[in-house]
Amino acid sequence: MTLKECYAALGGDYDEAMGRLRSERLVQKFVLKFLSDGSYDLLCQSMETEDWGEAFRAAHTIKGVCQNLSFTDLGKSSSELCESLRGGHTPEADALAQQVKEDYQRTVQAIQTFEREMGG
Amino acid sequence: MDKQKILIVDDSEMNRSILADMLGDEYEIIEAENGSEGVAALQKYGSEVSLVLLDIVMPEMDGFGMLTVMNRYRWIDEIPVIMISAERGSSHVERAFELGITDFISRPFDALIVHHRVVNTILLYAKQKKLEGLVADQIYEKEHRSTLMIDILSSIVEFRNGESGLHVRHVHTLTEILLNVLVHKTDRYDLSQTDISIISTASALHDIGKIAIAEEVLNKPGKLTDEEFAIMKTHSMVGANMLAGLPIHQEEPLVKAAYEIARWHHERYDGRGYPDGLKGDDIPISAQIVALADVYDALTSERVYKKAFPHEVAVEMILEGKCGVFNPLVLDCLRECADNIPTELGDDNAMRRNQREMRNIAREMHKHEELSASERTLQLLEHERMKYSFFAAMTEEVQFEYTTQPPMVTLTAWGAEKLGLDEIIMDPEQDQKAISLLGQDGWRELSDILHATNPANPVVKYDCMLHFKEEPRWMRIVARAIWSSDEPPRYTGAIGKAIDIHDSRTRMNDLEHQATHDALTGLLNHSTARKRIVERLQERPDGRYALIIVDLDHFKRANDNYGHMFGDQVLIHLAGSLRQNIRGGDIAARVGGDEMLLFIECKLEIEPAVERIFTAITGQYEDFPISVSMGVAKAEELGTDYDRLFQAADKALYTVKRSGRGHYRFYDDSMEETLSVISPIDGDTEGR
Repeated sequence: MTLKECYAALGGDYDEAMGRLRSERLVQKFVLKFLSDGSYDLLCQSMETEDWGEAFRAAHTIKGVCQNLSFTDLGKSSSELCESLRGGHTPEADALAQQVKEDYQRTVQAIQTFEREMGG
Repeated sequence: MDKQKILIVDDSEMNRSILADMLGDEYEIIEAENGSEGVAALQKYGSEVSLVLLDIVMPEMDGFGMLTVMNRYRWIDEIPVIMISAERGSSHVERAFELGITDFISRPFDALIVHHRVVNTILLYAKQKKLEGLVADQIYEKEHRSTLMIDILSSIVEFRNGESGLHVRHVHTLTEILLNVLVHKTDRYDLSQTDISIISTASALHDIGKIAIAEEVLNKPGKLTDEEFAIMKTHSMVGANMLAGLPIHQEEPLVKAAYEIARWHHERYDGRGYPDGLKGDDIPISAQIVALADVYDALTSERVYKKAFPHEVAVEMILEGKCGVFNPLVLDCLRECADNIPTELGDDNAMRRNQREMRNIAREMHKHEELSASERTLQLLEHERMKYSFFAAMTEEVQFEYTTQPPMVTLTAWGAEKLGLDEIIMDPEQDQKAISLLGQDGWRELSDILHATNPANPVVKYDCMLHFKEEPRWMRIVARAIWSSDEPPRYTGAIGKAIDIHDSRTRMNDLEHQATHDALTGLLNHSTARKRIVERLQERPDGRYALIIVDLDHFKRANDNYGHMFGDQVLIHLAGSLRQNIRGGDIAARVGGDEMLLFIECKLEIEPAVERIFTAITGQYEDFPISVSMGVAKAEELGTDYDRLFQAADKALYTVKRSGRGHYRFYDDSMEETLSVISPIDGDTEGR
């Protein structure tokens, strides 16, 4: 699996990321680093404990990271979740959180596959 | 050169490292996770930080919070901030710009754009600082040029007058000196430094009207006729008219000042001058001063019609009113600065003063920036002070600060409480409470050792007993003398703290006691007694000394019949009565199981003293009869060698024991061959 195929699998825009970050080395480095970013865990935790302010910030951070890396799908869902939490909890937030969860898992799986194949 | 520092404040580690990766090659990156950490980093690095990259949404303190702090401390004036955020709402962007950010980059960002904007912003700020410097230089340059133009113009006038060419410069310098003295003397004339500078510069044009005077009159070697003098007198009005006729620059303060000076520099304070006959302070102060400067320089210069007068004579003539009538206040100014005038008129001095003046102007220009800089300094100072007082309050220590001028001691709150003194003590040398704490001599000693330090080694330690409210305690004072940076340095006070060393000191004393004393009886042990006796014998070999060894008779019986405990009690009893029956300076020690040693000094005969002691210690302890045998050696007969004395007493004692116990004997030569009686002390490996 190439980095470009990885992007396709996770629903991101490889060309855009390359256009902005301007080096495959850099893009790859940060894509792999995405796995160790704690924002998603923080999001799940704070949704669980109904700490909406913290959840907002976590969603916001995921959104920012996704934008930097051009992870389009996850970026879109986390952005929507973020907006739904900006003023506190809203009815649609839970469904949006579910969407984020799906996108996040897809993204992580794609990156893990990429990492495995790269290592092997 | 070190790399410039960029502070990245973002809660996402990913985001920080993307930025750090883009910029890390060229800049040193400092990272902060939120606004509070960002503020802490700015506090630490100050204006070393060349740029801040700031996120908006962060926990604890967000980007706006940090900007607010940067505004409060005016850091925003010195350190540019670029905001990077996924927040696109225009209200966010607007608010950020209102808070003073330089640029706003929205996420997702392009590496190249971020890089360019960072570089540009840092360059721009560096340029701005350089520009400030350039502007100052240009003002310098411009001022310098216009002064130069005026100098050239006036020299032309002078050249025609046949004057030295230095006249204009001298009048300029004198005017400036006199005005500066004047503003220190009185605020009657309301002159700023700028006014003084303008008047001094304008003074160069005082004789500009002379270019309209015919050369024959102007340079006539002899005395002028009345008509010629009348023509000559027109130069002031002509000059004024020339300046008033300038088609432009009429509103320039310089032109206004030059007009006043040209027109009225020949008026007299008594109203008898020309052209208008103005009197007193109707004559503008600028013209009054220049008139005086003009007269002084005319007197001290050589002219076609006269020789130069020396400085002292010229001043004398002016003060005596031989060269016109001046404002008494202006004459006072001359009197005050007269001594400085000759040196100040030297060329180099004029140049230097010029530069000084320029610097003053530049400084005035920068007053605003300087203010904010000093506020930042004050801020830092305040921060340090706060930090110090916080930590000082936390520690349980007596900390103090002493200044000689004013004489004052400041204590930490805790220290003041502990010492039972006020936190601030004025004139500590007069403060009874403070004096009694350490005692008059203690204070003097402490002061002496602090004075005896020098700037290279200012720290001293001083152990002393402080008399606290409850009980006296041993304290160690560690202090640093403060020396001024003058040459030679002056002692201006001290800072330091007092540490309670009472417990450790007491423990030391206990240990020392243990090491020198017999544990059971509390008498000295043998080795210590020996040392002290040797010292005594060396110090005063002529004293009338006796060394006595006392042996408790039948001690074994006491032990056997009543047990060791009782035996010990008997020994303690004997030690007690020995102690009671000797004088303060005498020495008592335990030197064996049941042998004790006395070393006594007698003013009179030794024999009665020994008899008295023998009688006193013989007696009864509970059921046990105290009977002792004693051997005595006299230094008078045997010399001052300790071992010789000890052996002699030992032998005398042996002789007593052999002949039935219960009495005492002085050593004599017949005992030479006898043995020792000294027995070991239980558990004692020292022997003797």
